[in-house]
Amino acid sequence: MTGLVTSFGSGAMTNSIADIANDAQSYFIIGSNTTEQHPVIGMKIRQAVKQRGAKLVVADPRNIPISEFATLHLRQKPGSDIALINGIMNVLIAENLYDAEFVASRTENFDELKDKVAAYTPEAAAEITGVPADDIREAARILSSNRPGALLYAMGITQHTTGHQNVMSCANLQMLLGNMGVPGGGVNPLRGQNNVQGACDMGCLPNYYTAYQRVADEAAQAKFKAAWGKVGSLQNGLTVTEMLPAAEHGKLRALFVMGENPMMSDPDTNHVRKCLESLDFMVVQEILPNETTPLADVILPGVSFAEKEGTFTNSERRVQRVRQVIPPQGGAQPDYWILTELGKRLRARLGLDDAAAPYAAWNYTAPEQVMDEMRALTPSYAGMAYPRIEEKGLQWPCPTLEHPGTPILHAGKFARGLGHFMALDWQPPFEQPDEEYPFVLTTGRVLYHWHGGTMSRHSEGLLGIYPKGKVELSHADAKRLGIASGDLVEVSSRRGQVVAEAEVTDKNEAGLIFMTFHFPDAAANLLTVRALDPVGKIPEYKVAAVKIRRIEQPVPVA
Amino acid sequence: MPKVNVTIDGKQIQAEAGSSVLEAAQAAGVAIPTLCHHPALKPEGNCRMCLVEVERQRNLQASCVFPVSEGMVVHTHSPKVMEARKFVLELLLSDHPTDCMTCEATGDCVLQDLAYQYDAKVGKYYGGAKHDYAIDDTNPFFVRDYNKCILCRRCVRACDQINGVEALGVAERGFSSQIIAGLGGTMEESRCEFCGMCVEVCPTGALMPVGTMKQGRYWEFKHTTTVCPYCGVGCNLDVLSKGDKIIRTRSAWDKAPNYGWTCVKGRFGLDFVNNPNRFTTPLIKRDGQFVEASWDEALDLVADKLSAIALEHGPDAVGFLASAKCTNEENYLMMKLARGVVGTNNVDHCARL
Repeated sequence: MTGLVTSFGSGAMTNSIADIANDAQSYFIIGSNTTEQHPVIGMKIRQAVKQRGAKLVVADPRNIPISEFATLHLRQKPGSDIALINGIMNVLIAENLYDAEFVASRTENFDELKDKVAAYTPEAAAEITGVPADDIREAARILSSNRPGALLYAMGITQHTTGHQNVMSCANLQMLLGNMGVPGGGVNPLRGQNNVQGACDMGCLPNYYTAYQRVADEAAQAKFKAAWGKVGSLQNGLTVTEMLPAAEHGKLRALFVMGENPMMSDPDTNHVRKCLESLDFMVVQEILPNETTPLADVILPGVSFAEKEGTFTNSERRVQRVRQVIPPQGGAQPDYWILTELGKRLRARLGLDDAAAPYAAWNYTAPEQVMDEMRALTPSYAGMAYPRIEEKGLQWPCPTLEHPGTPILHAGKFARGLGHFMALDWQPPFEQPDEEYPFVLTTGRVLYHWHGGTMSRHSEGLLGIYPKGKVELSHADAKRLGIASGDLVEVSSRRGQVVAEAEVTDKNEAGLIFMTFHFPDAAANLLTVRALDPVGKIPEYKVAAVKIRRIEQPVPVA
Repeated sequence: MPKVNVTIDGKQIQAEAGSSVLEAAQAAGVAIPTLCHHPALKPEGNCRMCLVEVERQRNLQASCVFPVSEGMVVHTHSPKVMEARKFVLELLLSDHPTDCMTCEATGDCVLQDLAYQYDAKVGKYYGGAKHDYAIDDTNPFFVRDYNKCILCRRCVRACDQINGVEALGVAERGFSSQIIAGLGGTMEESRCEFCGMCVEVCPTGALMPVGTMKQGRYWEFKHTTTVCPYCGVGCNLDVLSKGDKIIRTRSAWDKAPNYGWTCVKGRFGLDFVNNPNRFTTPLIKRDGQFVEASWDEALDLVADKLSAIALEHGPDAVGFLASAKCTNEENYLMMKLARGVVGTNNVDHCARL
């Protein structure tokens, strides 16, 4: 997200699912296992390829399912994305295949980019990425001769120590191709969770109030103080990846966790446990038991999506109504009610009395009142009143009650004015395979499960079809190490070890191991590194050095 | 788009050139019954239910695939047409279990509705051959009972034209024709991704979700359009429920961004909501054990602890992890709780993870 803010001035998916599906002549999917992680978008792209002959270039180290439909599949080494994209841009410039008019009228800093990528000839890029030089040339030609083209990425781009630069690299490519601000184009980060876009938009980030109004901005602080009667400082707060070490060092003493499972989803689980156990007090608001709930001091039973009213914002910035299907289970309560009750009680205990501020009181009786307050303080959501989004969602920015919403960002003009080319060098991942840990572990999710598994492991069908975590490795490595599918293997890194069943697959090339983080018995995050991207503060889940060995079946305990 | 003049049941209309008689009739408000046709799929004209009489055509024509032309005169409900449709239905029923009284699809079955409408008699062609297929319940999501299959191929087309993996096909010819997955094994042995679009478009009880079995009659279920809780595509789903239980997902065909398309999680993965392990009362840990508490007890304790820590160690000793699974309204309140009440900017969520 931070990367797109630098390049374009706004950090969100630029286009809409409909125009990507219907208008793109080509697709460049890099770091997104689209058919497994955003299946309906994956299905739409498959149909674009099948029914209207759109071209598809997939860049992914693994032979992911969508690569079967690809015109060209580039299998770059994990963590070599910038070298690959620089290589493609080198060809576009050298063969004069780029959109010179777009570059001249809509962007800045092209000369610096040109100088930088000059060194990344296809041969030089091939050396770093492992992708044949001719395939890099072919990719450039396909993307330039089939426009507009949509670039799609996900965590395969961001979950690296260079994630911020990886994102800007994607932005560079799409500006060079003139694919911005048009239907069927754009830089399209596919957001993982159903409402991750919304949680960001709502200011659940340590450096922003709602809709990216900066914490460090005095005017924003004054605005929220006038509305609420109280605010935090002008200093950014801690990110989730910083809160945990702060707990370990006694700086953070209490943690309120709502609907998250850090014991499964954060890197280096052993360290996470230590951090959470250091807290004086932890309250967890959850619907189902997970690996984090046993560590809580208080568990507040919230409700699922099906038991509440409200809105979610999807990946394409569409704010949609969530409607109550069934009453809350047992004595569980809607999460807005729980938070409202806590707000009232905390205000009393902290002695807050600020009758002058219009939104100081916590007397909500329905989620719509919360939306109306938020809209009053959030320009890009101001026009999203419930009656307007009952039938069909609206895409932000939507600044007034008459505004039709914005399906495509940066049409005619970037949010920051001119699009900014960033000249970037490839840097290796934080942890490299070595003699002791010779394999690269990359992590991800599968079609049938979801993230930490709190929901999908409690679904009978999903658990039935995919009941346990597996360690995927290549045929070549399996043969060399004497491992067959179904064998128990031990995977270890400098941080921990995991025993799970092996699955020998043609998805991986030799040297690459894939695991999910859905299952506590085979939790990949016992192995991953805490190395963070310094700007985005995202951990490098996609590269860790590990070793693997076959172990005998454990003796059953009598 | 150029227009042509067509007369349908005496009504003079202008239809788009190249459109089918069925589309033209629907645009003019004339209802023609369909069975193999589905608006989300390309028409195939294989069931003959939508037959119409077109003047100067020797035979009755399947309106879903027959294009309009200038001056065409169509009769959609002439005696000849009505008799042909009834004949089609009675042939289908001659090799159908007709166990509507126990069939899960009752109330949601196109064949049943049409048989009623056309007064098609069960057993009229009794004595002909009948299929006796084994029921396939090997996968955890849906049951395949091909005794109830009418070979409309909606499932085959959905797998090709919506999902795209083409896991389904038709094997054999004539009376032996059968829908198969892959090379004829179970769904799990095929390329199936269990998106459930085949189950959605099946017009009979041949494909039924496991979770729907014995849960009630179709007309007892409440329909609610809401947004899927899994990934960021934000699919709209038509969720069917009864009492406090989710029964199944149907497609919300007219809603962006997915227009009825789903994946396995939105289609078959919502039952976690009714999992018996759900937290249904606040819990407070005492001496290492969780004990049940009232809402007032739990909320007071949380407020006591958070305020005491904030007052003693400063607001930045408290952190808040909001949720990418919760609504905008809830996340706004969490953010406001952190900044506007406790006074810390320590608020984040799992966007990075």
